[in-house]
Formats: sequence, C-alpha cells, structure tokens
Amino acid sequence: MPETRYSAAINRALADAMAADESVVLFGEDVAAPGGPFAVTRGLLAKFGPLRVRDTPISEAAIAGAAAGAALSGLRPVVEIMFMDFMTFTMDALVNQAAKAHFMFGGQCSVPMVVRAPHGGGLNAGPQHSQCLEAWFAHVPGLKVVVPGNPADAYGLLRAAIDDPNPVVFVEHKGLYGSKGELPESPAPVAIGAARIARAGRDATVVTYGAAVAWSLRAADALAREGIETEVVDLRSVQPWDEATVLESVGRTRRLAIAHEAVSAFGVGAEIAACVSAKAFGRLAAPVARVGAAFMPVPFARSLERACLPGETEIAAAVRRLMAPA
Amino acid sequence: MTQAPLLLELYRRMATIRRAEERLSKLFADGEVPGFLHLSIGQEAVPVGVCAALERGDTVASTHRGHGHALAKGMALEGFFAEIMGRASGVCAGRGGSIHVADMSIGMLGANGIVGGGLPLATGSALAHQVKGRPNVAVAFFGDGAMAEGALHECLNLARLWQLPLVFVCENNGWGEFSPHERQFAAKLAALGAAFAIPYEEADGTDVEAVAAAARRRVEPARRGEGPQILECRTPRWRGHYEGDPQKYREPSNLDAARGQDALALAAARLAAQGVDAEALGAIERAITERIEAAVAAARAAAEPDFAAAVAGVYAEARAHA
Repeated sequence: MPETRYSAAINRALADAMAADESVVLFGEDVAAPGGPFAVTRGLLAKFGPLRVRDTPISEAAIAGAAAGAALSGLRPVVEIMFMDFMTFTMDALVNQAAKAHFMFGGQCSVPMVVRAPHGGGLNAGPQHSQCLEAWFAHVPGLKVVVPGNPADAYGLLRAAIDDPNPVVFVEHKGLYGSKGELPESPAPVAIGAARIARAGRDATVVTYGAAVAWSLRAADALAREGIETEVVDLRSVQPWDEATVLESVGRTRRLAIAHEAVSAFGVGAEIAACVSAKAFGRLAAPVARVGAAFMPVPFARSLERACLPGETEIAAAVRRLMAPA
Repeated sequence: MTQAPLLLELYRRMATIRRAEERLSKLFADGEVPGFLHLSIGQEAVPVGVCAALERGDTVASTHRGHGHALAKGMALEGFFAEIMGRASGVCAGRGGSIHVADMSIGMLGANGIVGGGLPLATGSALAHQVKGRPNVAVAFFGDGAMAEGALHECLNLARLWQLPLVFVCENNGWGEFSPHERQFAAKLAALGAAFAIPYEEADGTDVEAVAAAARRRVEPARRGEGPQILECRTPRWRGHYEGDPQKYREPSNLDAARGQDALALAAARLAAQGVDAEALGAIERAITERIEAAVAAARAAAEPDFAAAVAGVYAEARAHA
C-alpha cells in the first residue's frame, strides 16, 4: 500500500469526486490558481477548469452562503475556509440556512455541501489562526462534522462527505497536512459516524479524533512500557459520533479518557462523558477523564502555546490517574 | 402600455396576494396563525411584476416578508395556508411557517428569517445556473434593511466578478424594522451599483406594469449572460414590521402617505380606463375569495404535524457506505 500525505489524500478525493460527478464544484480563497494556501487543491484548476474550480474574494459569508444556494439548485459544492477561525463569518449560512433547509422546508430539498476548514495549533499562528471550533458545529441539528486523523480517513471521509446529502463540516488539521500514511490504490469512502479502533487494549479507553489520535497512540506506547494496555478509539466523526463503539470499548476496559485539542469546557468530550455516564455508569471503575487545551485563547509564544495545548504527556497522565486505586 | 389581458392577469395575482394576506391577518387575530406574521400588503406589485418576467426554472430567494414572492412564483394556496397555520399538509410540513414558506418545485428557495440571508442563497443558485449551463436566472429579493448587511456587499462583488445570472431586487419600503431607512444606510443602492459596475434601474413599486417592464429589462441581460443586475422598487409599507406592531415610531402622516399608494387601486383604475368593468374585477375577486376560503377550510381540517416525523426529518438520508 503506497504512502500518501494527508494533503495529497484530500487532493485525490477532490479530484476523484469531481471526475465522478460533474455537479461537484470547488471554490474558496486561493484554491484555484494558487492551489490552496496549504497546496491541498494544487492542480485541480488545470484538471477541471475555471467553471468548476474558482478563486473567491475574501468573503467567507458569501462563500458559505453561495455554497448553500448552489446546493439547493443542483450542485455539490466543496468550499474551503482558509482557517477554521474564519468560520465565524460563515455562521449564518451554515447554522441558519444550510443546517435547517432540509428540515424547515419539510424535506423538499437537501443541501449537499462540504465546508473544508483546517483547525488546530502547533504552528505559533496565534489566537485567531489556531482554534478548534468543531464543537460549535456539532451542536447544530442538521450539520455533520468529521475530523479525519490520517490520510486514508481524510480520503474516505471526504468522498463520503461530498456524497452526503447534508451539509458537512470537514475539519482538517494544519499540522497533519505533511503527515504520511497508507492509502490503498483504490480507496473507498469511509462511513460518516463510524469510529475506528486505532489500537486495541484491555485496561483503559482513550476516545479521540484528529491530530490527537497520533498523540494518543504515542501515549499508549509509553503506557504499554509500564504495563498499561490502552485502547485508542479514533472517532473520525464527531457529529454523528459512534456511540456504540465507544460504549462497547468502555464496557470492556471500564476506564475512559477523552482527548482532543479543543478546550474541554462544553466540548465534544463533555458530550461523550455525559453519554457514557448516563448509559454505562455501572461499568465505570473510575470517573471519566477529559484532556483538552487550557481554557484560554491559543497563545502565540512557543513556550505559551506548548503549555496551552495537550499532547502525549497529558493523555498518558490522564490514563495513569484512571488506573490509580481510588 | 400593457394590453388588458396581461394587466388583468397581473391584477389577479396581486389581488390573490392582498386577499390572502388580509385573510392571514384575520386568522392571526383569531389565534389560528401561531408565531410572527410579516405582511406585505401594499407591496404586491413588486413580486408580481418581477415574477411576470421569470420562467418556472428561474429561482428566487426571499425575505421575512415573503408571502408575495411565494404566491407570485406560483405557490399553491392550499400548501401556503396550511403551512402558515402549522399543519402537516403545509408546503413545508408545518416546520417552517410564514417566515420559511418555500417550494423548490417552482424555484422558490424560501422566505427567510434572517435579514440578508437570502442574498447568498440566490448568488449560489445563480452560480448553479451558470455552471450547469441552464438558461435561467436567480432573483434575490431583499428589503432596504438588508442594504446595511455585509452579505449584500459580498454578493454584489462576487456576482460581478463571476458575471452571475443574478438579479438583485430591492423592495425599498423605507423602513427597516422600526427605523426609517435614512437612519440606517449612509449610501444609495444606485451608487453601489455604479461602484460594482452593475446595471441599476429604479421602478415605481406601486405600478405593476412599470415593475414588470423594468424586471424584463433586468432579467433578459442576466439571462443572456451579461452578468448581475439591480432593480430597486420604491414600495409602501402599509403594515407594521409584524402583525400587532402598534407602529408608535411612525408619524400618522407617514402611514397615510403609504396607504395612499395602492398598487391594486392603480391597476384597477387603469383597467377601467381600458374598458374592463367593475363586474369583471368583482368576478375575479369572488373567485379568489372562494379559493382562499377553500384553502383555509382544508388547512383547518388538516392534521397537526407528527413530531416523530419531524425528528426523523432533521437529516436527509445518506446513501450507505461500507
């Protein structure tokens, strides 16, 4: 199986989807001629032409709103928002228009659109270019939210997202674009809402997604050297999320930590913790732990950002606390 | 001058909107319409005139004052009344109500609860027409209140850059919610058109023939691929921002002046001058009343929406993946 970069897997998913369906169009800031700020869309303008691959002005509200309108009128737009932080300007289009159209128009229409946006810190990009805002969108009925953590899932989830009749927020991680992983010769879509056991283990479960999957796997390696076998569940989708896989895993390990880069407060981890507490309270041998960024804007200076964001060390520490006798 | 048969048809469409909204006002007062109601009584010439220039495959995005757009584009009265009365047989299954009436089968992309919210939708719809090579245009109806929304400025720019088949139709009734237009907007729409090099035209929004003629002059270039167009129609706001609004912010003289502008009376006078007698208009009115009463009766008899079906309707069903 060939190794592919995460960014190349996204590029290939876009190309394959556009080749398969003429209704798929791509637009966003600098995605056409410049090939994308992170080179994710390089070459697509040459392949599919200026009618279907377009640079937009810096107008995030119009980008997302036009995507919704285009989706109502027969296209399957994929739009890029350069940084997830800029999605603040897309909120009306996504929250009030796209998310609700299928429902509030009584099922007359669907809104098959995808908004790609990179989240995450680690680049010293500061408070307005580093946020993980996926929980906002997961909170809105009508939206789907996926966060692939490796190239195969980036490909498979993007194909599924483009195919999906609902608006999907496709969250990439800036720090993962250069990472490599296996991608089959003929990769398949990955079902939205299906988690993946990234590592099996009997002692504790870490539920995670996005860049935090790799941190969790490294934490599990470290814990294994101490005799703690950690199961790592890569959610891949946060809305809908794979409750059955998580409950099954926690039912076996009886210990749960949830790790994500977003701040913990009111986050994806809070939703999972509440669900597991409600449905598997009797199975839990320890209180559910959450690992996330400090509740603060992501700071700029290297030392500050390192201290703010969670990582392998914090995840391993959380699992050790789960294993400690009460 | 439009020949009588066309003007008579435009009159019939305007009267349908007027009588439907008057009926809604009564139903609202009687507690048969829940929620908010924003009526466009007095403004009928704009949707009717504009939609007279449109084809079935053309698309329109509307506003919170959107009943006229829906009916002028061809929404059936049965689904319209049932929706606004919150019934399962409503055009949106009772999930949207007055402010979200929509009918995709006739290209009516929805009234909209967000001021300016329909502008990007129409822009995207125009993009779809262009990409698919369809001979259609999209119309973005918006009020003068939306002139101050960033969405308008973004969409004017994007539509001009991409030469989209999009007609911006401003219904300028002089009031944005509870405040007069001149306290809300420091520029003029005509100047915005000039700034973006988008052809602009103003029409008397009380004169349905003038609106229809201006709409044809804006729609046809857009349809030919000559890019976006702007049509601004001055139109009176007879009612409050919403039904029940006491309008204490309005001088009685302002309200009287608005009510002096009556698109229906103007069209009736013109028809009379062309030899259409009062009896002919009376027959049209009686037919409209009958259709409206039948729609109201059907809505009253219709079932309440089913909650389980609504819950199941949040997401469109996706194809299964392995």
